[in-house]
Amino acid sequence: MEEAPRFPGESIKAIAKDVMYICPFTGAVSGTLTVTDYKLYFKSLEREPPFILDVNLGVISRLETIGVQSHGENSCGMEIVCKDMRNPRFAYKQEEQSKLEIFENLTKHAFPVSNDLPLFAFLYKEKFPVDGWKVYDPVAEYKRQGLPNESWTISKVNSNYELCDSYPALLVIPTSIKDEDLRRVVAFRAKHRIPVLSWIHPESQATITRCSQPLVGPSDKRCKEDEKYLQTIMDANAQSHKLTIFDARQNSVADTNKAKEGGYESESFYTNAELTFLEIPNIHVMRESLRKLKEITYPVIDEAKWLSNVDSTHWLEYIRLLLMGAVRIADKLESGKTSVVVHCSDGWDRTAQLTSLAMLMLDSYYRTIKGFEVLIEKEWISFGHRFAVRVGHGDVNHTNSERSPLFVQFIDCVWQMMRQFPAAFEFNELFLITILDHLYSCLFGTFLYNSEQERVKAELHTKTLSLWSYINSQPEEFTNPFYVNYENHVLYPVASLRHLELWVDYYVRWNPRMRPQMPVHQNLKELLVIRSELQKKVDELHREASTRSLSSSSDRGSSPSHSATPVHTTV
Amino acid sequence: MLSLGSGGGKSTKPSFVSYVTLEDMKIKEKEEGLRSKHPYLLPGEVVFCSANHVLKYTQEDASQRGVYGTLLCTNFKIAFISGESASQETAPPFRNKLLSENDIPLTCVDHIYGVSDEKKKLIIGGQVKSKYPSKLIIQCKDLRVFHFSLTYAKEEEAKKIFQGIVHHSLEPKSLKCVFAFSYCETASPSQASRKSSLTLMFETKEDWSMELGRTKGNCKVSSANEDYAISEKLPQFFVVPFAVSDDDILRFLGKGIPFWCWSHHSGCALFKMACLPTIQEDGISQKYMHRMLDAVTQDQLCPVKIEDLSSCLPALQDLQLSYNKFKQLFLIDSTTEFWVSDMKWFSSLENSGWLEIIRQCLMKAVEIVDYLESAHTSVLIVEEHCSDLCCVLSSLVQIMLDPYYRTRSGFQSLIQKEWVAGGHSFLDRCNHLYQKEKEAPAPVFLLFLECVWQLLQQHAPAFQFSETYLTVLSDSINIPLFSTFLFNSQHHRDTAMKPGHPEAQRSPLNFPSVWDWSLQFDCKAQSLFTNPLYVEKPIQDKALRKTSHQKHQRQLSLPNTLSKPSPRKGFFKEETDNLKKIFLGKRISKWLNPTESSKELYESWQRKPLDYQGLLLPYLDGPAVRVWMQRYLRWVPEAQIFGGGSITTVNRVLELASEIQDLQKEVERRSCRMNSSIEWKQVYSGPPLSARLSSFPFTTTHAWSFKPAIPSSIRQGLGSVSSLADKEDDDSQGSGVL
Repeated sequence: MEEAPRFPGESIKAIAKDVMYICPFTGAVSGTLTVTDYKLYFKSLEREPPFILDVNLGVISRLETIGVQSHGENSCGMEIVCKDMRNPRFAYKQEEQSKLEIFENLTKHAFPVSNDLPLFAFLYKEKFPVDGWKVYDPVAEYKRQGLPNESWTISKVNSNYELCDSYPALLVIPTSIKDEDLRRVVAFRAKHRIPVLSWIHPESQATITRCSQPLVGPSDKRCKEDEKYLQTIMDANAQSHKLTIFDARQNSVADTNKAKEGGYESESFYTNAELTFLEIPNIHVMRESLRKLKEITYPVIDEAKWLSNVDSTHWLEYIRLLLMGAVRIADKLESGKTSVVVHCSDGWDRTAQLTSLAMLMLDSYYRTIKGFEVLIEKEWISFGHRFAVRVGHGDVNHTNSERSPLFVQFIDCVWQMMRQFPAAFEFNELFLITILDHLYSCLFGTFLYNSEQERVKAELHTKTLSLWSYINSQPEEFTNPFYVNYENHVLYPVASLRHLELWVDYYVRWNPRMRPQMPVHQNLKELLVIRSELQKKVDELHREASTRSLSSSSDRGSSPSHSATPVHTTV
Repeated sequence: MLSLGSGGGKSTKPSFVSYVTLEDMKIKEKEEGLRSKHPYLLPGEVVFCSANHVLKYTQEDASQRGVYGTLLCTNFKIAFISGESASQETAPPFRNKLLSENDIPLTCVDHIYGVSDEKKKLIIGGQVKSKYPSKLIIQCKDLRVFHFSLTYAKEEEAKKIFQGIVHHSLEPKSLKCVFAFSYCETASPSQASRKSSLTLMFETKEDWSMELGRTKGNCKVSSANEDYAISEKLPQFFVVPFAVSDDDILRFLGKGIPFWCWSHHSGCALFKMACLPTIQEDGISQKYMHRMLDAVTQDQLCPVKIEDLSSCLPALQDLQLSYNKFKQLFLIDSTTEFWVSDMKWFSSLENSGWLEIIRQCLMKAVEIVDYLESAHTSVLIVEEHCSDLCCVLSSLVQIMLDPYYRTRSGFQSLIQKEWVAGGHSFLDRCNHLYQKEKEAPAPVFLLFLECVWQLLQQHAPAFQFSETYLTVLSDSINIPLFSTFLFNSQHHRDTAMKPGHPEAQRSPLNFPSVWDWSLQFDCKAQSLFTNPLYVEKPIQDKALRKTSHQKHQRQLSLPNTLSKPSPRKGFFKEETDNLKKIFLGKRISKWLNPTESSKELYESWQRKPLDYQGLLLPYLDGPAVRVWMQRYLRWVPEAQIFGGGSITTVNRVLELASEIQDLQKEVERRSCRMNSSIEWKQVYSGPPLSARLSSFPFTTTHAWSFKPAIPSSIRQGLGSVSSLADKEDDDSQGSGVL
């Protein structure tokens, strides 16, 4: 029997024969189960073509033994609860040694962090022609945005992560701010996450700045320097005499926070600022919502009740809230020419969702493959979205209430935008699904750890590979053939439930009845091939003609470079 | 455009203040006078009444602004002619030649509401007194909603136009009052009588013979009903099994006769049949029925499955009820209403049950396909008159099995065959005459188009026609001009079109068919009917086609499929006991769980690469059945995606196609050789992609503002789901992970 295919650096830990996979769609099938330090691999030769189940260990949330009935002599069962919306189940004979061994190994390698083992990303030895770690260079990205300029500077004040340990080393802050004032602002913002620039409008100079909540507390504490800091942000944009603060939280929750340490900016202290609550529920509500979503999509769908079931999860309602919030932010900048400050409590969850979505709407660069990678590296990874905690990489403690699918929610929002604007994104659905798969897989270092500081300490860039190395090595796989550059067109998705749909190709993809189909893309790809062939032919003929005309010393100097321009003329 | 601020709601004055003075209006009146006296009228169209200074609210900003103009009512339509010249320049590129943007055919009016003193009241025909409301809301069957204010019109004119509109659109009338009659009496024949050559009308023996020949059907064309000798419900010609004699047809006036619809290449076929009259001596009818079944089975050579639709599909009243609930979700008066209803979107959608009905129809069609395709069993669909859901099912089955019906001419022929010749009561079902006592109206044909749309959106490359084509076809039902949708049967049409008096010298009227698309749209607009994603049938000769069919069959019986009970004669035998019950039109329980029964068909179909010229099955799981956004959301301003929508992908393909065309021309020009090139139809050019709305081509950008739609309050409806919402966002200790 052939062995399971392996990645370079991957080693087999245990093999067990005669294990039964209880497939919820096609019935039970028995075969060989292999556990490596990266994945669980089940293969059955009972079917033609052979049935294969490949689950990477990173995706496993918890392992549970279950009672198995009526599967012959197989008396013992295990359910593998996954983070990616499936729960494969296996049945096996309890007494056999090899079976015991395989499940011991599974438990050990599925949760390496809890077992003092390295994450697989540190063992993975693949070679890619491009280096994805080079995709994001903060200085280059800020330069692309036209920074630094007279109002904004790229500051090294956090280069040792002393100012704020969850922020990146380089921060864009107002030029005029004095160091001592900055220290006071740092002390006044939760987790020291001061307002820093995320994006600047190329024309109006209106900015998106992000931060955490101010530590106002029940006694309405003020911080003159913080007030002045926001005034400076407003003044940096000459087009507007207002500043809009978007607090992502529900007003009531913000009030609860105020009763403790946190709170929100008072409009009477921050003159010219207007505060808007976007009423987005917290990470616990989102986790619960996705859990319900899994309940209604796996393993079976209740067709008759599908819509009300989707409704009851509230998942799309929250997607709607996020998109709506981001549209309001984008509109404030684009139509209102007004700078905005976005925060939630700590400024690393909902804030990241909102700023990155608004940037995606405003700036067509982020809708390219490279641009989107930069966006994730910047707004999520470098600004300290706590991936390790929210995903729980390699951690056995599945009940940890800090886990929450915030990044999944963000990608879902991007997918919804892609559905509404099928030609505005350079990347395709597979690109988004691949990103989500490797959010969990621990194959690449990209989503590991909680902050830039932790990553530097772990020497992530030298010891692991970047997901972007893999993706950028075969960009054609992830390219949307419909892509047309919308240039400076701002995308306003319609944040109405009428236009939102459950992302079946991701959430329900394990159900074989939901066979993903890309026929339209295929069709278009064929057309693209025909076009490029014709283009080649035209170029050839053109060259022939020009050489002929040259030899006959004609003075018509049609240069070969001319043929590179598209022949398309408006009909 | 005039800006109108909202005024005090409690005053007796209207709830807005015009910034235009009366003098301004008088000056305007003169200008308008010129224009309004020349509304665009069709041949035979007469203006009944009109009113000047009517304000039409522009919908996009919650009825705060409007345009002044003239409101007219003719024998064809309700029309609003804007007094402003601006709209002339930006005439929509996709224009219906019969109707302008603000025209409502009388038969397209669904409901009219009157608003007086802020109260909205449904207007019912025949109850109109001399009082008229200050505001009219007209909801159309194509889901447009118009708001007109009569406040500034002269009292006499306002009263007249209100009464005129209500009388002509909401009150019962006779068939002769339908506009088509006066149109055809006046219009020159050249305008009205051209027929689409490729579409088979199924009015002649030849059309039926051709169809029989095309599908290699083993049946005969019957002329028993020539000149409607037997039945007024049946067409003059139809196809029945060889063993059915003219006497058989005469016996129950065409009831209980298996009418041939289509033949499968395996030899089995699809039939439909109307139930026998309920009171019959059992012995006679049972014997008769046996004979008919033997005729279908060709003396039991080929097994037959009987599908009684009354037992498994919703009744027509339920259809109407469900659709009424469903369409309400799109008839939106204001932005506030849009966002309030948005919160309840999924539950309202489910409550309407409309998508579920679509799913049931498709599922039933798949079952029938399964019998024909996998079991090679003939299917006999039975319905009371075999002219309602029977038409939906038989047409769907043929679309799934036969790629010919997925071309435009094939699809049009199919509608002629199953619906027009099949005797679907279009006039009664659409209730164009507003006759309440008549049989219940029901959107049966629309249901069919909905089902086809589901197939189209799931398998776009399999269809030659586009979504826009289906939407326009659904709109054409409500234009009272086309013979296709105006009658209850061919006999009905033929008698109606006869000249009024037998001694009159006139030749019979010749109503246009809806398939004469040039009557409605110019060539450029018609190019939007073609689906650019369509994968053409590969050109191959007949011999090749035969082998491909055989291959197809082999694949279906792959050795690894689980052995299933042979459906041969057993089917027929087992069911004979039930026959009596079925043919007396009683309900019987389902034999099989539908999802289970077609599971194998789906599995074997999914195993093969999808062939767009082969069998097509719909996906029926919850998420796969969707709302036909183009049809239902096209007029809702809040739902427009500026620069987006599925139209952008279509547009991209068209662009690419035209680029290829240009390149080909370039190659040909340079090489001076005539290559056999791919022929692309005229490419529609319009505004650039990023400047289009998702409802393209139905609404144009000029009327809309591009501000993103943001609800006034985003808080509503978001009650906390659980105590989780009040929980601390992030544990500040953050001690979760080791």
